[in-house]
Amino acid sequence: MGNSLRIEGLTAGYGSVRVLEDLSLSVGDGETVALLGTNGNGKSTLIKCIMGIVRPTAGRIVAEINGTDHDLIGMEAHDVVQLGIALVPEGRRLFPKLTVEENLLLGAYRKAARARIAESLEFCYETFPRLTERRAQLAGSMSGGEQQMLSLARALMTTPSILLVDEPSVGLSPLLVQTVIGKIKELKERFGLTVLMAEQNFQQAVRIADRGYVIVHGKIEFEGASREALADNELVKKLYLGL
Amino acid sequence: MKARWFTPIVFTVTLLVVALALATVTNNYFYTAAYIVLQFIILATAWNILGGLTGYVNFGSAAFFSLGAYSSVVMFSLFKAPVPLAIPVSAAVAGLVGLGAGYLTLRLRGVFFAIATLAMSEVLYTFVVNWDYVGGARGAYIILQDDPPFGFSNHTQYLFTVMALMTAFAIAVARYVETSRLGRGLAAIRDDEVAAECSGVPTLRLKLISTTVSGALMGMSGSTFPYFMQYVEPTSSFSLSYSVNAIAMPLIGGMHSWAGPLIGAILLGTIQQIVQVTVSSAWNLLIVGVLLVVFVTLAPDGIMGWFDHWRARRRRS
Repeated sequence: MGNSLRIEGLTAGYGSVRVLEDLSLSVGDGETVALLGTNGNGKSTLIKCIMGIVRPTAGRIVAEINGTDHDLIGMEAHDVVQLGIALVPEGRRLFPKLTVEENLLLGAYRKAARARIAESLEFCYETFPRLTERRAQLAGSMSGGEQQMLSLARALMTTPSILLVDEPSVGLSPLLVQTVIGKIKELKERFGLTVLMAEQNFQQAVRIADRGYVIVHGKIEFEGASREALADNELVKKLYLGL
Repeated sequence: MKARWFTPIVFTVTLLVVALALATVTNNYFYTAAYIVLQFIILATAWNILGGLTGYVNFGSAAFFSLGAYSSVVMFSLFKAPVPLAIPVSAAVAGLVGLGAGYLTLRLRGVFFAIATLAMSEVLYTFVVNWDYVGGARGAYIILQDDPPFGFSNHTQYLFTVMALMTAFAIAVARYVETSRLGRGLAAIRDDEVAAECSGVPTLRLKLISTTVSGALMGMSGSTFPYFMQYVEPTSSFSLSYSVNAIAMPLIGGMHSWAGPLIGAILLGTIQQIVQVTVSSAWNLLIVGVLLVVFVTLAPDGIMGWFDHWRARRRRS
């Protein structure tokens, strides 16, 4: 059964500042869609709207979970998580004074995730061996790459149907960015996850995306139906490759 | 220690200590001093549920304490309510106010929340001062004419025993909150509230549970106060020293577990009682201040935190 995300005519902002203007996009079942854009164009605001942290002034956000449509507008973030949508937030946002294991267990706060808690924990340690070594360590004392892995693992602990990833590459070395992006690819292939990933790092994002959108000043300026279409586009070249 | 054994153990230890005290100590001053230390253990433990586990600093502990005390006054004036009946009513009233205050103030964070709780305390103080039924600024008397129940030789010993049992109850509740799923959610709120919400933790609901439980326990600790003193007036029951001690004791003992407030309250409470007899009660707040400075500089995580560090260091070497 399908897990997909549809956003139609979304307008949102902070106070009198408008960040998103009549924005529409969709993520199909099992698809990985990249949301590309440089700083300050509204990528994170869009993610926050989906999670219910920012309230949009107009538009619709509909998530299809196991074939049932849910209107996300007006829902609290914890209810969005209950539905089966997980977020890997920008800047990782771990619980720095809790241990790695406690961070992971908090990921499983979702009702549907509680029954499979031992299984999920084992899976996370298997997928991210570094976390096994560090399970009793405080999350705040780990390196940036390890923290990003933990943030990703914490989101997986909710056993999500749709995964939102906000700027996983921020503050990581190029090699680590590659590792993190590689892990996301591995996970979505293994679980058939539906993924929406906001990212600035074009080269890395395009590696795993099925298709993508380029967002400029809160509007979708270009929709690339395939990886190649994205790479060939003039706008993308101008924004990212300086050509 | 297994979780289900904790509560029976706490109650057994408490009962043994109480029985030992009743069998050996006849000096009534001991029971008065012990009662006050126990009262502070409950206040500190209750404060720590919201302050230490959830990360919200409550500056209005005195208000919840007074709510408990004045609920008892009302109950006694209405129909001479006995202590065992006054306690749950006081706890319910303070818990409900905790829920309401939480609903109004929990959108505030950090220092703003602390100021809001302080303001709430002042509002309730003004309310009580102007409420004639409970004596207003003059205060109210509870004169116990009957003999204490259950064969106790006097009311002080009876209320000391009741207080000891309430302390055991408060510690059991604190430990339960801390080790349950609720406690894990509260710890997440303390560390990063937005991230907690995005991990599926219903933050508002958990914070409301936290203010309610914390408020109810504080009200419970105040419910026997008018019976014990036989007199209560607003200036002393709303005294800032309750609020300050309720914060200082967990800070000194350690805020991350139930044992911290217990140790802090025993230490600070006992020192205050000793100094009060040997020197003067005017020293009480000075002692709190000096100890706070010492602990913030030398052991910022409190006695429990210092102990954990020491154990970790010893294991490594």
